[in-house]
Amino acid sequence: MASAEPAAPRGAAHFFAAPLSLLMRLVDWPMSALQRLIGERQMAYAFLLPNIVFFGLFVFLPLIINVVFSVTGGTALFPSQRPFVGGEQYAYLFDCGSFLDPNSCREDHFWRGVSNTARFTVFQVTAMVLFSLVTAVVLNMRIRARGFFRAVYFFPVLLSPVVVALTWKWILQRDGLLNAGITSLGGERILFLVDPSWAMFWIVFVSVWAHMGFYTLILLAGLQAIPADLYEAAEMDATPRWRVFWRITLPLLWPNMIVVIVLALIKGVQTFDEVFVLTGGGPGTATLMVVHYIYETAFSNQVQNFGLAAAASVVLGVVLFALTLAQLAASNRKGAA
Amino acid sequence: MSLVTKLATARRKPGRWHWTDVAAYAYLALGVVLMFGPVLWLAMSSFKTQAGLLEFPPSLLPMSQQEVVVAGHAQPLPLFEVTMPDGSTRVLAQVRRIGIQAQMVDPANPAEVIRVAIDKRTPVREFKLATENYTEPLERFAFTRFLWNSVFVTVVATIITLIINSMAAYALSIYEFRGKNTVMLMVIGTLMIPITIILVPVYLVVTELGLVNSLWAVILPGAATPTGVFLLRQYMLTLPRDLIEAARMDKASEWQIYWRIVMPLAMPALAVLAIFSVMWRWNEFLWPLAVLTKTESYTLQIGLNAFQGELQTQWHYLLAMTVVTLLPVALVFVFLQRFITTGIANTGMK
Repeated sequence: MASAEPAAPRGAAHFFAAPLSLLMRLVDWPMSALQRLIGERQMAYAFLLPNIVFFGLFVFLPLIINVVFSVTGGTALFPSQRPFVGGEQYAYLFDCGSFLDPNSCREDHFWRGVSNTARFTVFQVTAMVLFSLVTAVVLNMRIRARGFFRAVYFFPVLLSPVVVALTWKWILQRDGLLNAGITSLGGERILFLVDPSWAMFWIVFVSVWAHMGFYTLILLAGLQAIPADLYEAAEMDATPRWRVFWRITLPLLWPNMIVVIVLALIKGVQTFDEVFVLTGGGPGTATLMVVHYIYETAFSNQVQNFGLAAAASVVLGVVLFALTLAQLAASNRKGAA
Repeated sequence: MSLVTKLATARRKPGRWHWTDVAAYAYLALGVVLMFGPVLWLAMSSFKTQAGLLEFPPSLLPMSQQEVVVAGHAQPLPLFEVTMPDGSTRVLAQVRRIGIQAQMVDPANPAEVIRVAIDKRTPVREFKLATENYTEPLERFAFTRFLWNSVFVTVVATIITLIINSMAAYALSIYEFRGKNTVMLMVIGTLMIPITIILVPVYLVVTELGLVNSLWAVILPGAATPTGVFLLRQYMLTLPRDLIEAARMDKASEWQIYWRIVMPLAMPALAVLAIFSVMWRWNEFLWPLAVLTKTESYTLQIGLNAFQGELQTQWHYLLAMTVVTLLPVALVFVFLQRFITTGIANTGMK
């Protein structure tokens, strides 16, 4: 079928083109009939329909049901069988002696998740911005084989969270490569994922390792957009390099930096996959994240508490909404600059 | 080698070295080790035997003790290099070990038993790839099932995503119609609603549709992507409108214009979206974890996660299966890396 089409492209897209072509011919007949019925202009709605149905069914409808879940109790999944409890779930979630001390809360796991996620996000975003910036600046220098080095840093971005976590679990385990290095230097073996502080350090490290390539690309694009004559002028004046960096590079890169910071914040607050596989939230609850708490409360605990999980996701949603507004504001400023 | 010397002698301007150049190459070299090293270590480890994996400190390459079949012994015997009392060395096979003494035989002369102190012998090691780490899980576990599930989800989801997203993008780029701005706002809105905050209600919707534990439960919820609609719309806006007008003059139906004219022209953007979709689907974790509870419906990622819980000690299988899981991604990286990086640089989306 595809061979009959001279314009058929090569590569990945071609793989999907042949079965699609047949399907499309089958759709042509009813779509043409529809067009005769409603007219050419109205066809826009027909083209939009499938996507909107999917969005409605799996995004907007769930958003509303989420709120319904959060104000009802019981263990039933279907909203009609759930008794209305008002703000009880939220009250339970926020029943704390002090918000800074998870132990004083009735739902201490949630607050431990909040506190872990907050600490994780602060460390991770800081490290992420720092390392992406350094890497992007280095990649933007006049170096050989830039394409190769850029690809090197990008490589882990493509790996699945499970693969990332297992790769590092293998290195960090008791008899792993890292401990072999430590003992060969005369040190004592460290149980990295059993010690709470080390576990937190490593989930930050692994998550920066896995995602910094993505942020590096955004910053690199920003660096390459800085006009070269600015640098040439600075070079003629024999301006020291650090001064060039502070006075030219950083201010002009700032819009991209804000995008990176906010995107990293949004992703950081939702961290789950790598941490779940690497530490399982442990040791104890030392690396339990908010999304992990939601998943456990709704799906993996013996009593599935959908109401409480929904209330926690509404809280998370509000935080994400605030962060997204910050991002929109930042990108508007970028457009104006 | 030539790359190394080239890199070592590369400089900003001939005859002018700046310490930042040296620091930059040192940083990049460290980056190569740190970014590729862990995965390379994983791949090399996956070819070690179970015994080889327990060694500490671990050997770099998959080495294992050589064994030999000796007449009169049912099991293959491990080979040792033995320093004899007279100072000469011989290669002997160990029959058994009693305390600090080992009973050994010469494979060429199995009748004569030689007693050796255990500190006088060192194992004979050979380079051997434990390919059974790869073949055995295929027979013993539902691994092929997971592989098939992952391939099915990835291919079908990508096809659906390409079709419905390109249709929406076509409507949003070619037509002027009432409610266009509302629809655009809706698309932007969905960008702000990740699966993490609607996990429970999507589970309800999927249950109502009777899809729990079916692969369609994984495929459908993520099929419409705001990223995809944006990416395709931006591209379609750049297509010449005259072409579409000319086709309408020729009485082509709207569907034919979409399929025959706009889609082929949008191939570069479709290819980028296809690559993204394949990556998303192959690597997806949280949602499948929530919705797939039966082993036979697991995708590779979920299966791998379940294995690491159950097979804590069976690292030899786990490592091999991890390598199989990352193989398609490694291939994508080698062949399509440039596509993806420019895609991200242009859209700022992942």
